[in-house]
Amino acid sequence: MLYALLCYNSEEVVFSWSKAEDDEVMAKLGAVHSKLAEKGKLGPSLRLLPTTAATTLRKSDPPMVIDGPFAETKEQLLGFYVVDCEDLEEALEIAGDLGRANPGGAYEIRPLRLFVPGTLPEGVGVG
Amino acid sequence: MNDIAWIDAALTSARPQAIGALLRYFRDLDTAEEAYQEACLRALKTWPEKGPPRDAASWLIMVGRNAALDGVRRRSKQAELPPEDMISDVDDVETPMAERLDGAHYRDDILRLMFICCHPELPATQQIALALRIVSGLSVKQIARAFLVGEAAMEQRITRAKARIAKAEVPFETPGPVERAERLAAVMEMVYLVFNEGYSAGSDAADVRARLSEEAIRLARLLQRLYQTEPEIMGLTALMLLQHARSPARFDADGAIVLLEDQDRSLWNRDLIAEGLALIDKAMRHRRAGPYQVQAAIAALHDRAARPQDTDWAGIDQLYAALEVMKPSPVVTLNRAVAVSKARGPAEALAMIEPLEPALAGYFYFFGARGAFLLQLGREVEAKQAFDRAVSLANTAAEAAHIRQQIDRLTAGAAAGAVR
Repeated sequence: MLYALLCYNSEEVVFSWSKAEDDEVMAKLGAVHSKLAEKGKLGPSLRLLPTTAATTLRKSDPPMVIDGPFAETKEQLLGFYVVDCEDLEEALEIAGDLGRANPGGAYEIRPLRLFVPGTLPEGVGVG
Repeated sequence: MNDIAWIDAALTSARPQAIGALLRYFRDLDTAEEAYQEACLRALKTWPEKGPPRDAASWLIMVGRNAALDGVRRRSKQAELPPEDMISDVDDVETPMAERLDGAHYRDDILRLMFICCHPELPATQQIALALRIVSGLSVKQIARAFLVGEAAMEQRITRAKARIAKAEVPFETPGPVERAERLAAVMEMVYLVFNEGYSAGSDAADVRARLSEEAIRLARLLQRLYQTEPEIMGLTALMLLQHARSPARFDADGAIVLLEDQDRSLWNRDLIAEGLALIDKAMRHRRAGPYQVQAAIAALHDRAARPQDTDWAGIDQLYAALEVMKPSPVVTLNRAVAVSKARGPAEALAMIEPLEPALAGYFYFFGARGAFLLQLGREVEAKQAFDRAVSLANTAAEAAHIRQQIDRLTAGAAAGAVR
């Protein structure tokens, strides 16, 4: 079974860390990552830029673009994509296409700060 | 991170909202600060045992307010009742917490707290010191170190600034849209002052002062969370991120300034650049350009160039031209001339800055740029004169050292020429 671990913490606190503090945390995490990678258990992992860099596309008709993160509590996180885009406009276009295929809810478009593709052994899948 | 460090960080991030709300209740900065201090002491006692509350700011506001009211009540038994206007709403002490912590207030609370630091009567240095003390919660000692002055002198500077704003009319009514926009503009300017105070530091103080730049970025992110759809705040945050990203490459091992074109670009902080570029993208969608957005776009063109020769100087020239229209200033024209010298040659750049001399006669960068243009045109004697003026106007040892290097090269070149 594949699991996603979603990371929550206070953004204000984490983004106030000095570089030394941040490096220290990343080094500690790095040790855990390598252990998992050796066992072939680590898939893609990533770190997001802060919510101040986020834009939200409400999948209404027509879709509505809102500055800032997705802030509703009526909906739950059901999945996510990682897409390689030239800029925010392109990301919004892709989100629009996806939204037409699957209306309702919203996409929060958040740039990445770090992306590690990870290495799961071939054939690993859900179930 | 251990518990105490985490609590410390949580207190710091809750501070502007908590003091802002306490200031609205008590209408007196000292009372608000004392109430907040008291709340912090209680937090340090109870949070390690019970864990931090879900909403740290609300907790601090409640506890701080009650503590201060207790103090007022205790004093009132011995003395006359406090003047009505010192306590704005004592009578609702018993109303439910949810009602008392009116969420709609908090944006204006934080904005007001930051706005009182930019009172027009306060000189820039006092505004910065006050903001760092009141909004950011840096200790007087930390601020004194950042400004390279003694602790007592800084204490006095802050006390004086506080006395001034205590006399001034602090607007407590909820601002209208126009007032809010004006306050926001003043606050953004103050935040950028804090950033530049850190950014313009020489290498000798770089570590301490980098803290100021980071603090300014934190304040800008805070503003952006409060006003999510304001493109100029996105521009300001982006501008600071894109400039701060280059900090690791700005000084060499000896502490001398490294010019943008000589910097080791592999040292630039890619995370900050990515965030800055993302914010510019967001801001551009609003199609409401402003000075911070344009300056951020200029910084972005520098940061996007993998090598100096890849810099889009024509684009930078155009952006400065736009900035000249939005915010005409001889310094903007001077910066534009540097781009022009790269895009169209030093002769045109020199012609562009000649009329600026009366306005910039005391400005280090003017003579530095003038010397560089003259040097490129082969007018070495005049170049040396300009560089000499620049040295005499330098603000930091690193600035002076950088220009002296140019002069040394010039003299060495002349000597080599004579030998040949």
